[in-house]
Amino acid sequence: MLIRAKVNGGWRTADVWPGASLLYMLREHLGLPGSKNACEQGECGSCSVWLDGELVCSCLVLAAQAHEREVRTVESLSSDEHLHPVQDAFLEAGAVQCGFCTPGLIVAVADLLQRDPHPAEATVREALSGNLCRCTGYVKILEAVFLAARRIRETPA
Amino acid sequence: MSIRTIPKTRGGVGESVRRVDGIPKVKGKFAFGSDLWADEMLWGHTLRSPHPHARIRSIDVSSALTTPGVHAILLGGDVPGRKTYGLEFADQPVLAWDRVRYAGEPVAILAAIDPETARRAAAKIVVDYEVLSAVTDMEQALRLDAPQVHDFGNVLRHMHIVHGDPGAPADVWVEGYYETGMQDQAMLGPESGMAIPADDGGVDLYVATQWLHVDRQQIAPCLNLSFDKVRLHLAGVGGAFGAREDVSMHIHACLLALRTGRPVKMAYSREESFYGHVHRHPSRIWMRHGATRDGTLVNVYVRILLDGGAYASSSSAVINNASTFGAGPYDVPNVVVEGTCVYTNNPPCGAMRSFGAVQACFGYEAQMDKLATALSIDPIMLRLKNAVAPGSVLPTGQVIRGVAPVREVIERCAALPMPDEVPAGAHRDPLSRPGGAGNVSRGESLRRGVGFAVGYKNIAYSGGFDDSAEARVKLSAGPGGPAVEVSSAACEVGQGLHTVLAQIARTELGVEHVVILPPDTQVGSAGSTSASRQTMMSGGAVQLACAAVREGLFERARRRLASSGRMPPGELTLEEGQIAAGGVRIGAIEEFLNDPIERTRTYHHHPTQPLDAQGQGDVHVSFGFAAERAVVEVDEDLGLVRVVQIAAAQDVGRALNPQGVHGQIEGGTAQGLGFALMEEIQVKDGLIRNASFTDYLIPTILDMPPVVSELIEEPEPDVPFGAKGVGEMSTIVSTPAIVAALRNATGRELNRVPVRPDDLIGLNPPVRSGGPAPVPKVPGPEPVPHYVGLSEGQQEIIP
Repeated sequence: MLIRAKVNGGWRTADVWPGASLLYMLREHLGLPGSKNACEQGECGSCSVWLDGELVCSCLVLAAQAHEREVRTVESLSSDEHLHPVQDAFLEAGAVQCGFCTPGLIVAVADLLQRDPHPAEATVREALSGNLCRCTGYVKILEAVFLAARRIRETPA
Repeated sequence: MSIRTIPKTRGGVGESVRRVDGIPKVKGKFAFGSDLWADEMLWGHTLRSPHPHARIRSIDVSSALTTPGVHAILLGGDVPGRKTYGLEFADQPVLAWDRVRYAGEPVAILAAIDPETARRAAAKIVVDYEVLSAVTDMEQALRLDAPQVHDFGNVLRHMHIVHGDPGAPADVWVEGYYETGMQDQAMLGPESGMAIPADDGGVDLYVATQWLHVDRQQIAPCLNLSFDKVRLHLAGVGGAFGAREDVSMHIHACLLALRTGRPVKMAYSREESFYGHVHRHPSRIWMRHGATRDGTLVNVYVRILLDGGAYASSSSAVINNASTFGAGPYDVPNVVVEGTCVYTNNPPCGAMRSFGAVQACFGYEAQMDKLATALSIDPIMLRLKNAVAPGSVLPTGQVIRGVAPVREVIERCAALPMPDEVPAGAHRDPLSRPGGAGNVSRGESLRRGVGFAVGYKNIAYSGGFDDSAEARVKLSAGPGGPAVEVSSAACEVGQGLHTVLAQIARTELGVEHVVILPPDTQVGSAGSTSASRQTMMSGGAVQLACAAVREGLFERARRRLASSGRMPPGELTLEEGQIAAGGVRIGAIEEFLNDPIERTRTYHHHPTQPLDAQGQGDVHVSFGFAAERAVVEVDEDLGLVRVVQIAAAQDVGRALNPQGVHGQIEGGTAQGLGFALMEEIQVKDGLIRNASFTDYLIPTILDMPPVVSELIEEPEPDVPFGAKGVGEMSTIVSTPAIVAALRNATGRELNRVPVRPDDLIGLNPPVRSGGPAPVPKVPGPEPVPHYVGLSEGQQEIIP
């Protein structure tokens, strides 16, 4: 079936199997492999994207559900020259190891800081409890979130 | 070499520099194995056995083969070369042809235009199985009447270590029985890669792995191709932790690519990943510790049994580690260790972070606490009193030659600040209670407990294996100044090895611009990214190659001085991009780089020995020690746990990238926390019952406490930069530290991990045993497959 969606600012179409997930469409039809497939069950958050501005696990959303809607992925956050403050903070804090969970976490953190620029630790932990990381033990991820929050607050709008 | 450099180049050894692969990783542009794509690409799929033990009567692929979109289906008989492979012994079929030995064993593979077509076609393959009785219990596997997993019996390896006098008396004895469950590496990126057929009849395989060359050594004979026709390239690795030491989709993808003439990608689902790699060995451990009244250990008996599952994988090395570390990092004059790994029809077990050492430490640290209680001695004092030091003799007779700051590790860990107590009745965020929000309890029955554990393991490969790593370094003049390229087959798996290699090159050559080329088999083997060995081994190789490049540079400088009639006034040095002689500047590096300088070097660590029949020998190279203290809160009504804080201290030799070292400690701690509290592959009658992240739980950010870690930096002599491997030690100690804290909070025995809520509130009694498993009769300390000739002509990686 033919799906048309606004992806990272531009309208794209893909001819997908009706059972295909949004994640599969992004990765295998639209050449956007930044969102990762790690559990297929919405447990790990590696496939986190925005659908009409709402954070979703794209493995749990049918491609068909994104028809005529807006999708933003991790690829939308940076340009060739510039990193998003969350991306930069992850590198500075040492919050990246293998990097497989990283795109999903960066999307989830960017989403959190958009809603709450000054989150308490408990809020951060709750917000990221759906993003599994197997390498870091989350200690430096937490540091990266606070670093990014500070940088975003200090940056003049 | 007398030449010393004192470079001040930025980003060198000792700095917490940013990852060399960091920017693509945060942008989502880093190409993991599962992200690979090629024109005309097909998707591979594996059909696996549903039975733990069965004979294959027939396989009918006719209906599957005529499915539109299916390009090839291959069975065991289609493997053109050797039918089996394996890390240590080639005992595992590429595709089972007559018998399956575990549920999940590959039986057929197919290639189709997309994953869904492949999955549906595979469901049409009809396999007629004659189900056989299976052995799924490790103690039953030792019985003579048990079903035989292989023709040569169920004992994979038995280790017998005798040190001192087994009959030595003691004032106080404590006994214990312990069990550990089957843990999964649960790396976030499942097995994946792509095979591309080449014009020369060979194949290029892009794969997420831990050791390219050992993969090739197993793949090529099965494809019936020479090594030069099988070229491996590292794809992005989404975590490893031992799960990628064994071949998974490698041979299958190559077979399908060669058959179809098209690129074939295979990417396991999470469910398949649980069947597609080995796991941490479940264990049963019996221990008896004897000490004098003043707390001096005099006699330790260890009986350890590991379930190796259906195929050998790295089991013989795992039981080697479990056995040699069985008495812990303690001076004990009299020790007997009997360690056995058996074959069963359970899923194969093999490498996972700190293999063998994890199981042993859970046992011996529980014993140390029991002994402290029996003697009324503070448990930390008891450990300090018995801790090994340089010159100590281990149960294998090996004398600790390097640094072993065990007492300092213990003391510094114990001295780390404790977390604040929450006063009873104080308001607290419900999220901070065990189990988080939404509980039926308001925390009326919270008990706090503190536990402590010390542990150790070897660094690099052991037992006489000639462990080595090659690296090639090229220094050339670039448009932006001098540039260094490092070629190494060492696999970056997320731990930060490539960043460390770049730091070493910067420090050695004083050149900031360093590029690590993608690892492949065009350069010699770097050995495995395992056993905490790559910083030492590939770091050592890069250091040697850089020294040779520097010497080449000096040779050019000497020639220029000689041709201008000036003899060098003193020792040549390289500092901040300048060559100087006796302190007098001769010229910038670029001036000597009309042609690039390239050198290849191989690093070997000092030789080790296999153990003899009494388990004696210098079996290991170097040791890393760690201690952790855990503070927990247990809700005694609900059986729920919150780990409040982990304090860690680790003997690291020297931290080449301190931030990276802390990251290893924190990540390793998280895996140990998971093993203590939630992680277990539930296997019943040989079948995995929880092959998903919904049912196999790993710690989330809500489960992980703050980790306060201290690095003990006492450089190890005779290793590059004095740096010890750091990847595994925290995983060893965090599990026993947390369980000790749970015992302290609840007063319960808790002799099995993972600890379940039912264990904490007494609904489940402690696990019991009728006594140590009998010692099997085997010819000697070698793995049994050796004796039956299975190793003949096969890969022998870890004797």
